[in-house]
Amino acid sequence: MLPDTAHHHSSALAHQFDTIEQQRDATTLGMWVFLATEVLFFGGLFATYSIYRVWYPDAFGAASRTLDITLGTINTAVLITSSLTMALAVHSAQVGQRRLLMLFLVVTMALGLVFLGIKGYEYYQKFVEHHVPGSNFQFAPEYARNAQIFFSLYFMMTGLHAAHMIIGLGIMTWMLVWSWNGTVSREYASPIEIAGLYWHFVDIIWIFLYPLLYLIGRHVHV
Amino acid sequence: MSEYVVRRRVYFTIYAILIACTLLTAQVAFLDLGAWNTVAAVGIAAFKAVLVILFFMHVRYSTPLTWLVVGGSLFWFGILLVLTMSDYLTRGWHTY
Repeated sequence: MLPDTAHHHSSALAHQFDTIEQQRDATTLGMWVFLATEVLFFGGLFATYSIYRVWYPDAFGAASRTLDITLGTINTAVLITSSLTMALAVHSAQVGQRRLLMLFLVVTMALGLVFLGIKGYEYYQKFVEHHVPGSNFQFAPEYARNAQIFFSLYFMMTGLHAAHMIIGLGIMTWMLVWSWNGTVSREYASPIEIAGLYWHFVDIIWIFLYPLLYLIGRHVHV
Repeated sequence: MSEYVVRRRVYFTIYAILIACTLLTAQVAFLDLGAWNTVAAVGIAAFKAVLVILFFMHVRYSTPLTWLVVGGSLFWFGILLVLTMSDYLTRGWHTY
């Protein structure tokens, strides 16, 4: 068998690929196929939201106005900032700046934790105000039944989003270890790029949750 | 390496636009535009999402196959929304 130099120039190249570029294109494509399933996973909830929003616009508006728009807006900015630091982490990996890569991963994780902390405080507020659907739910009587549908969707959608954030923090911890022990290198930055795609996707979900949950009822002044 | 390394200045520019759009959508939400409030809110969110996909997620610099998967996921989400809503929004229509 002829020696194939392409298979030996990098230990990061898996044997089924001819070149590291081919491997990177394949991993990127694979991640996007996964994200396509995620679009439809969240898509079902967005479709459910759309139906009930059309059916009960007044109750949805009244329930939406009880959310803290300041905290919601701050959290949106926090998550977008974490996407910036994630993009800078990918850049650092691609140009082989390992210390900067690890710094940006840590900052991204810290911003993710800030987001979850603010979200947790908002959940706490909702419990105090009896806005959690169930037997202790309290709301203006004319909207009570349908406001519970809004808050069910609110907790389901933000909860599923928060679960993705927690998984993202796990992935970032993994990437931090791989950056620290040298698994990730300038030649093999794919793991950071793939982890970045996941993190940005979770950011995009929030970009839509923020207006749909926090902003829809603000123009009605009561 | 043949991969396209995006310059950091691009990331900072996109970030500034994303933050500006966030502040804009929060302000617009308080104006009474009727049905256009929803259009503005979702439109600004979609614009932000496109910037994240094209630049932060590098789709602008990706292979045609990646474009196809991204477009396909949005197309299927469109089918989900359009067919579901075309059912629910027309249930009140009586033909008798």
